Amino acid sequence: MTPRKKTVLEFTLNGEPRAVLCEPQQTLLAVLRDELHLTGTKEGCSNGNCGACNVLLDGVLVNSCLILALEVQGRGVLTVEGLARPDGTLHPLQQAFLDHAALQCGICTPGFLLSAKALLDENPTPTESQVRYWLAGNLCRCTGYDKIVRAVLDVARSQSAAHATPPPVSPA
Amino acid sequence: MPSLSASPDGSVAPALRVVGTRPVRPDGIDKVTGRALYGADITLPGLLTGRVLRSPLAHARIVRVDTSAARALPGLKAVVTAADLPPAPDRIEDLGEGAIDLRYLSDNLLAREKVLYHGHAIAAVAASTPEIAEQALALIRVEFEPLPPVMTASAAMKPDAPLLHAGLKTDRMGQRDAAPSNVASQLRHERGNLDDGFRRAAVVIDRRFRTETVHQGYIEPQASTAHVQADGQITIWTSTQGTFAVRSQVAEVLGLPVSRIKVVPTEIGGGFGGKISVYLEPLAVLLSRHAGFVPVRLVMSRTEVLTSTGPTSGSDLRIRIGADTSGKLVAMQAELYYEAGAYPGSPVGAAAVVSFAPYVCEAMRVDGYDVVVNRPRASAYRAPGGTNVAFAVESVIDELAESLDLDPIEMRLINAVREGDRRPDNLPLARIGYVECLQALRQSEHYRTPLTGRHRGRGVACGYWGNWGGQSSATAILNPDGSVSFNVASTDIGGSRASLAMQLAESLGIDYAQVKPRIGDTDSVSYNDVTGGSRTTFATGWAAYDLGQKLAAEMTARLAQRWEVAPESILRAGGGFASGDRRVDFAEASKLVCEDAPLMVSTTVHPKGYGAAFSVQCADVEVDPDTGKVTVLRYTIVQDAGKAVHPSYVEGQMQGGVAQGIGWALNEEYVYNEKGELLNGSLLDYRMPTACDLPMIDTIIVEVPNPGHPYGVRGVGEVNIIPPAGTLANAIHRATGVRLTALPMSPPRVLAALWEKSGYRP
Amino acid sequence: MCKVLIPALLRSQTEGKAEVEAEGTTVGEVIRHLDVRFPGLAERLLQDQRLRPGLGVAVDGEISHRGLREPVRPTSEVIFIAAVSGG
Ligand code: FES
Ligand code: FES
Repeated sequence: MTPRKKTVLEFTLNGEPRAVLCEPQQTLLAVLRDELHLTGTKEGCSNGNCGACNVLLDGVLVNSCLILALEVQGRGVLTVEGLARPDGTLHPLQQAFLDHAALQCGICTPGFLLSAKALLDENPTPTESQVRYWLAGNLCRCTGYDKIVRAVLDVARSQSAAHATPPPVSPA
Repeated sequence: MPSLSASPDGSVAPALRVVGTRPVRPDGIDKVTGRALYGADITLPGLLTGRVLRSPLAHARIVRVDTSAARALPGLKAVVTAADLPPAPDRIEDLGEGAIDLRYLSDNLLAREKVLYHGHAIAAVAASTPEIAEQALALIRVEFEPLPPVMTASAAMKPDAPLLHAGLKTDRMGQRDAAPSNVASQLRHERGNLDDGFRRAAVVIDRRFRTETVHQGYIEPQASTAHVQADGQITIWTSTQGTFAVRSQVAEVLGLPVSRIKVVPTEIGGGFGGKISVYLEPLAVLLSRHAGFVPVRLVMSRTEVLTSTGPTSGSDLRIRIGADTSGKLVAMQAELYYEAGAYPGSPVGAAAVVSFAPYVCEAMRVDGYDVVVNRPRASAYRAPGGTNVAFAVESVIDELAESLDLDPIEMRLINAVREGDRRPDNLPLARIGYVECLQALRQSEHYRTPLTGRHRGRGVACGYWGNWGGQSSATAILNPDGSVSFNVASTDIGGSRASLAMQLAESLGIDYAQVKPRIGDTDSVSYNDVTGGSRTTFATGWAAYDLGQKLAAEMTARLAQRWEVAPESILRAGGGFASGDRRVDFAEASKLVCEDAPLMVSTTVHPKGYGAAFSVQCADVEVDPDTGKVTVLRYTIVQDAGKAVHPSYVEGQMQGGVAQGIGWALNEEYVYNEKGELLNGSLLDYRMPTACDLPMIDTIIVEVPNPGHPYGVRGVGEVNIIPPAGTLANAIHRATGVRLTALPMSPPRVLAALWEKSGYRP
Repeated sequence: MCKVLIPALLRSQTEGKAEVEAEGTTVGEVIRHLDVRFPGLAERLLQDQRLRPGLGVAVDGEISHRGLREPVRPTSEVIFIAAVSGG
């Protein structure tokens, strides 16, 4: 079998420009994991049913197992590796997942974090049932979702509280 | 090995500083930032991709496997079939998941004469790319002679049923029947006089139940990588509940000494019992060897996970129970037929114990049958066997309570087992907190708040699980800065690094943050049983406690020498050491004692006294009369945890077990056609609960200390999956007047039952 | 004399008795002693000098991990049970 012709894929990954050779049949998930060795994005089903592979594509939540890598040409992708600040400060959702013990095995966690971020970006003050419906595309077999939903609601609450009071003036 | 004993009265040290708090888990950062490496994340230079060819048929004789066309494919590096496995040893060994016949384990890896289920592995290949590997699978020609499939216990037990294994004869506790059969074994527990008991009964309920095959549903598919070096040394990186269980299984089926095999655990994305048996590891080893000593990685697809790993038994059950007018149970009888899948070994033994364990009754008989059918070989799933039988028993108990006009909690309190009462197999129970759980539920806000509204009902059920102890090993290395490196071999599926580090910190009197847990491979920590059986926080926790005691004793001895005082004169307070007016904190002491020589201690424990677990649950449901859909409105779990080391993770175990139980009860099932082909091998069609299928799940942790553990811990992981099906069946009954006797209670089934009750014919 | 509870399917070997008395300082000795009184009982319990696969024994309420070597006292209660594993 002759290898298929490779194409250069150029896109922004977690804020950095990247170029990678990939084959036309490769999914975004495969390129992230196998070519770029960013294995934080997980594969639970390969057909859009579990959400473990969720990433944001230009801010929109997608299953990276259902997107061909070449579809992201020139676009921006955010994965779990890009959530924390470069100085290591965790994203509030990451911190909340830790504080609420919202992960047991942790395999579903990257996908949930991206889904929850997409939700809060779109709707900063969701109700419990809005959180549940939004996260229905992410399967977790360990937690029963209780602590995950609480973590997301907690972040929503503290962020909207932070917005309600003017932020302290920073010295810089 | 130290002799282990907790204080006989079960009293727990009054001031626990660490145990009972809720710190962030040590591996948390890696898991929320995507850095943690799971089975499929392992990569090595020159890594090849493996794939497995699986049977499209449920039952067939293999006439021939022709791999010649595949072997000719450029880029293909190795092909293996059952012919490459050493002859299967005809022996029974306990390799981590109870006794298994090595012949069956081997045959399940790669089919020899027959395929026994849709998805049974026949061949494996390794290639430089996934595409080539898949092309190679398509080039392997398998000639079958199809046989009629046997899909259920009742079909398998018909006199003219086709036999899965020509040589299988029913074993009745050491005595084999003369004729071959699909019934691998029978067991029986019996006490008292059943006929007399039923004669004394004022009311007798006799019902038959059916439950379907379900899967553990871990989100991470099986993934294993192996590298065989030219000198024969083997390294396996795998996602498993037990590295030593993998090592011994691989050694047995490949005929290798364990010393040649090193198993390195990756992070594990859920197991629930399904990641104890090996599926991929021996294949990866064979492929690596055949490919010329290069590493090979095998990762299952979700469809392979569903067709070829895991599931737990479907079952046919008959439960007959009699009670007198006061509600006291006077006779209990169960017949349990568990589908083992393709090879003997269903969890019917555990089911027979679970069955009537929460109830005191003088006349009891439980018969269990292990029946082979053309489905994947059953493996452990969280409290294996418990959910099926408890669904049936708890339904019948509820029906009795109702006919006697007794509150369901009262009914259970009247008959509740207490310390010293006996399980169906006559084993007496140690100190348990079952009655305390029932009382806590009765006093809960949930139970005291009346449920109102049409088509709504509240159900209650309970569950017993025996738990397990097993062997654990650990080492602790004292660092001069006062931190302790803590090496264990128990893989961490749900936060056990935290609960173990907390116990070591408690034992040493130091802060949790000073303990650095690490999970070692099979060459760096001594033998350790699997993370399963709700044993890790209990037994490896014992090891952590023991390490702390040993480390402190050694530090005391060294300080005594340095200070020239008797060791007994050294007192311990707040983690520090003091003698006379000399006083050092733990960090100072560490620096001093490490100046003399490095300090490392290790321990191996095999504790008894693991203490049984009870869970009592209550659910409110609403049933849609038009669709049959059951919505869970509210759910409360009460569990005796002995002592919750990290309450958040205890709650998580409770909620997770119940979520799985709710899925089992309401939606999950393997759907086969008449040819024995699995029709729902995807997560779209195998319907596990999502966030919008569940409410918040309230937890009430009861703490009746287990006298067999220094902090009172008892296992919590498994028992919570036992009561949900019964809880929901009882709630549905109270909502609709309809009693469902088959799982799952999915919308079509509920609707059919509603229609039958109302006489409606669509 | 310790007390031994006989599993239901083995009571055909013990004249229907659910409970018998036996002598011995270990489970192995207890079985040997019982086999004299109830010939054939040992064969049902043992295989290759070990408890049969899938069979366990509890002494005084604790499931043993020493099998036939588990010590037994004159006041002990010995129960043969199905070995069960978890997930
Ligand atoms: S792997 Fe993409 S949704 Fe499951
Ligand atoms: S934490 Fe294991 S699947 Fe969600």
